[in-house]
Amino acid sequence: MSTAETRACRPADYRSDVKPVWCPGCGDHHILLSFTRAFAELGQPPEQIAVFSGIGCSSRIPAYTNCYGFHGVHGRSLALAAGLKVTRPDLTVVVASGDGDGYSIGGNHFLHACRRNLDLTYVVMDNRVYGMTKGQPSPTTEPDFDTALSPGGTGVSPFHPLVIALASGANFVARAFSGDLNGTTGILVDAIRHPGFSFVEILSPCVTFRPDEKEWKGKVHQAPVQATDDPGRAARRLMTDDGFNVGVLYRGSRRPYRPEFGHAGVDVGELEKEFAL
Amino acid sequence: MTDPAKGPAISGLADLFAIAYRIEIDAVERYRLLADQMEVHNNLELVDTFRDLARAEGLHAEEIRRLAGDIDVAAQSRRIGGWTSEQSPEEADLSAVHYMMTPWHALRMALAGEQRALAFFERIVASTEDARIKALAQEFVAEETEHVALVHRLLRRHPPPPATWADDPDPPVSQE
Amino acid sequence: MRETPSVSVAIVGSGGAGALTTGNLLLEAAGTAGWHGFLTRSVGPQIRGGEAAALIRLSTRPVECPADCFDLLIAVDWLNVDRFHGEIPLGPASLVIGDAADVPAGITASGARVVAMPIKDMAKALPDGRPNMIALGIAAGLLGLRREVLATLLGKRLADKGRAAIDASTAAIKAGFDAAATLELAVRLPDPEPDAASRWLISGNEATGLGAVRGGIRFAAAYPITPATEILEWLAPNLAKVGGVLMQAEDELASINMIIGASYGGTPSLTATSGPGLSLMMEALGLATAAEIPIVVVDVMRAGPSTGIPTKSEQADLNLAVYGFHGDAPHLVLAPQSVADCLFTTQWAVFLAEALQAPAIVLSDQFIGQARAAISRPADVAFIGRRLAATGLGETYRRYALGGSGVSPMAVPGTRGAQYTADGLTHNEQGLPSGSAADHGGQLDKRRDKLERFSYGDRWASLEGDGDLAVVTWGSLTGAVREALDRARADGVAARLIAPRLLSPVQPERFAAALRGVSRLLVVEQTHGGQFHRYLRAHYELPGDVRAFHRPGPLPIRPGEIHREILEWRS
Repeated sequence: MSTAETRACRPADYRSDVKPVWCPGCGDHHILLSFTRAFAELGQPPEQIAVFSGIGCSSRIPAYTNCYGFHGVHGRSLALAAGLKVTRPDLTVVVASGDGDGYSIGGNHFLHACRRNLDLTYVVMDNRVYGMTKGQPSPTTEPDFDTALSPGGTGVSPFHPLVIALASGANFVARAFSGDLNGTTGILVDAIRHPGFSFVEILSPCVTFRPDEKEWKGKVHQAPVQATDDPGRAARRLMTDDGFNVGVLYRGSRRPYRPEFGHAGVDVGELEKEFAL
Repeated sequence: MTDPAKGPAISGLADLFAIAYRIEIDAVERYRLLADQMEVHNNLELVDTFRDLARAEGLHAEEIRRLAGDIDVAAQSRRIGGWTSEQSPEEADLSAVHYMMTPWHALRMALAGEQRALAFFERIVASTEDARIKALAQEFVAEETEHVALVHRLLRRHPPPPATWADDPDPPVSQE
Repeated sequence: MRETPSVSVAIVGSGGAGALTTGNLLLEAAGTAGWHGFLTRSVGPQIRGGEAAALIRLSTRPVECPADCFDLLIAVDWLNVDRFHGEIPLGPASLVIGDAADVPAGITASGARVVAMPIKDMAKALPDGRPNMIALGIAAGLLGLRREVLATLLGKRLADKGRAAIDASTAAIKAGFDAAATLELAVRLPDPEPDAASRWLISGNEATGLGAVRGGIRFAAAYPITPATEILEWLAPNLAKVGGVLMQAEDELASINMIIGASYGGTPSLTATSGPGLSLMMEALGLATAAEIPIVVVDVMRAGPSTGIPTKSEQADLNLAVYGFHGDAPHLVLAPQSVADCLFTTQWAVFLAEALQAPAIVLSDQFIGQARAAISRPADVAFIGRRLAATGLGETYRRYALGGSGVSPMAVPGTRGAQYTADGLTHNEQGLPSGSAADHGGQLDKRRDKLERFSYGDRWASLEGDGDLAVVTWGSLTGAVREALDRARADGVAARLIAPRLLSPVQPERFAAALRGVSRLLVVEQTHGGQFHRYLRAHYELPGDVRAFHRPGPLPIRPGEIHREILEWRS
C-alpha cells in the first residue's frame, strides 16, 4: 500500500464522470462500488492510487475511477503494474483483470507476479466466459458449457486460480462475490493493506453470456473458517473448495519484494572509469 | 433482511435521524447510477423512471432533514459507520436490472426497497428500549408505510410487461 | 617490411585454450600502448571448450571495420578451424604460426607463409605454462609491443590469481617473445601518436549501457538474449550504483510492458533485446506509441529470420523496426555507426524518446555490440532526457491536448488533479476512449506532427565528402564504407558518404540536400533482401542511377569489396 499521507475522501471522490458501458446487471458494477468504498476506507487520495488493466469487460474499470489508470494490452497488466510499483513504491497499485485476460493470455505473468511478490493487489473479475468477444469459454469455464467456438463444451478442465496463486507464492489469497458489496469491500481493504502480492478472485456474473450465473447469489457462502497463515493448511482447504467459498483463505508472511531504487550511491560520471586505459 | 444489529450503531436520536437520512441518500445515489446505466443503453423510459425515483428519495431525505430540526443530519450521516454485513435497505439491487427493463420492473425494485426499509424501522421499534428512539422509529415506520403505498399506486399505473419484454432481435456485438 | 595503417591478427584455439582471453589482452596492451584497436570474435556452438577465434585489428587511426586480409594468424591448435575459414582471409603476405601437423588445406592454399611452432608443447615445457600466454607473447613480439606494457597488464589482470600465476604467465609470454624474435611480419604499424584524449577499452554493448544511463535511464526490465545480454549485464550493477534498477522479467512481453509501466510513473526506462524479442514486443510498442509513453528498446540485430544465427551480425531487422507496428504508429528508429557511436546514439535516443513521448528503437548489431575497441574517449554530449511536465493545472487537465508542437504535458502519477487513464484505445484529448473520426484523426495527426516538427539537428546522419557518386549505408557498415571511400579518393574517385543515424521519422528535405549534385547512388547493406534499398526508394527521391550492394550475414562486409564496387562504377 502507498506510503503517502491519507486524506478523508468519500467513495464518490474515487468515481470519475465516465458512465460505465457494462451491461446493466453485470457484476462489475458492484465491483466498481466496492473499489470506491475500499479506497475511501483506506483513506488513500485518488491521485496516490494507480489502477492497471488489460483487455476485457473488467478491464474497462480504470477510466471509471478518478485515480491514475492504465488500460494496457491483453494479458500484460501485471507487467505494466510491476514496472510502476518498482519505480514508484510510494503509490498504491491495484491491477484489475478478468478470467481471460488474467488466466489465459496473462497466465505466465500471473505465475511470476505471485512468485515475485511485489506489494500490489491483483483483482480478477471472474465470470467464467469471454464477454467482450461474445461468449467463448475461458480457462475457468466448465468443460460442458456449450459455446460457438466449442460446441458441446471444451471438454477441458478449468483452472483453479486460488490453487495456482497459492502454489506460485501469492502472499494473500481470497475469493469474493460481486453481489456481496460489504464483504467484497472488506476483502479489498484487507488485500490492499496486506503487504506483498495480494490476489482476490471476485466471482462476477455475466448477465449477457452467462444468465445461468444468476444462481451464484444463492450458491456463494462464507467460508466456515478463518484465514490461515499456513500454506499447507490453505492448500488442504482448497482441495475441498466448491468454488463458491467466499472470504480470505490465506494471509502469508513472505517479505514483499522491493528492490532498491532511487538512492544514488555514485555519480553518473564515475561509471566510465572502468573503461579507462 | 436488513438487521439493525448489522447496521450502524444507534446511540441516540441523532444517530437514528442520520441513519434514516443515510438510507434515503444511498437510495438517491443508487437510482442515479441506474439512470446512467439506462442512459448508456438507450432505455430512455427507464432513465426517466430512475431519475424520478432518485428525485423522490431526495425529497424523502429533505423531509428527514426538516424533521431533524437543529440536528445536522448530513454531517452526522457522514460520521456514523457504514453498513457492514447488509446493504443500505433502499439501495436497489444492481444485479436485478436489464437493459430492456420496463418501469414495472423498476417499481418492483423500489417496492422491495421500501419494504426492506419499513421492516428495518419496525425491528428497531420492536427491539429498542429507549422511548424516544422508539417514538422516532415509529414515525419512520409511518413514513415508510406511506412510501410503500405510493409505490403500489405507481405500480397500478404500470402493468406487468409481456413475456417477450427482453426479446432483442440483434445479437451481442464484439467490442475489443 | 612496409609501414601500414593497420595490422590484423587472428588467434584461434579450442577446448579451453583461451584464444578469446588472449585477444582481449592483446587489444588491451595495444590500446595501452596508444594504438586504436577493434576486436571481434567467432565461436563454435559449444557453451565451453569450443573452437574460438579472436580477430583483432590495430591501427594508428580509429578502427571501425575489419580489414580485407589478416597479416598474422596464430593457431594454438587446428581443431575445427575450418569453421572460421571465411572470416580469416589470408594471402601470400600473411604469416601463419602453429603446429606443423594438420595445417588446414585452406590455409595452405592461401599462399600464406607457414611457420611451424608447437605452441601446446612449448607450454607444457614450462611450469603451469598456458598456450594462450605463449601466443600472446608471439603476437606482442611480432607487433612490436614492449614487454613492460604486457607486464603491467598481467599484474592488473592476474592480481587475484596470485604471484605464482603472474610469474608463470610472464615466463610463457617471454617464451613466445623469444620464439618470435627471428620472425618478422610483412607489415609494421607506425608508433602510436600521442593522443590528447584519454583512451577507453569498451564494447559496443557496454557503450550502449553507458549512453543509456547518461541519457537518464534509471529502470530496465529485460530477458536475456544473444547478443544483447551484455547490455543487461553491464546495466544491472551500474544502474544500481546510480539509484536505478534492472529487473529480469519472465519474457520479452513482460519486459516491454514493465518499462512502459515504469515510464508511465515518470522514470525513463529501457530494455534491450534482439530480433526475436523485438518481434514479441511489437504489440506493446504500439501501446507506447498510442498512449504516448517514452521508452527505449535496443535491438542488437543478429542474422535472421526466426532463430537465425544468434552469434552473427546482420542488418535485416530494419523492416521490423520501421514497419512492424500495426496501425499507423510513427515512432523513432536510430542506428549507431560504431562502438563509440553506441554511446552517443543511445543517449540521444533517450533524449528524443523523452522529449517526444514516443518509443525509440535503437538498431545496434552483433558486430559492434559484441566488439571490443580501444578508442579515444568520446566527447561528452548534453542530451539528457526530460519530458514535458504538466504544471499549472488550474482548469481540467487534458493529457492528449492538441496543438502547438504536438507534444502535450505528461502528468506524473501522484500529482493531484491531473489523474488520467493511459489507453491503447483511440482516445480524445482527455484520454477517454473515442472512436470518432475527429478524435482518431486528431490524435494521429498529433503523433505524426510531434515527430515531424522536431528539430533533430546535424546528428541525423553522417555526411562526408563530395562527388557525384554517393554511397549510402547505415549502422555498423558505416566504418567499412568510410574506409572504402578513403581508398577510392586515393585512386582519384570522388565520392560522398551518407549514413543516416535517424532512420525514422524520415528526413526528406535533408536527404535531398545531401543528394544535391549526386547522379549515382550505391546502397550498401548487410541484408539478403535489400531492405535498406527499398526503404530509401519508398521515402526518398533517388537519382536515376542506383546500384544496390547487399549480402546477408554471417560474414562481415569488408572495405575492399565496397572499394571494388566503387571502382567498377567509374564510368
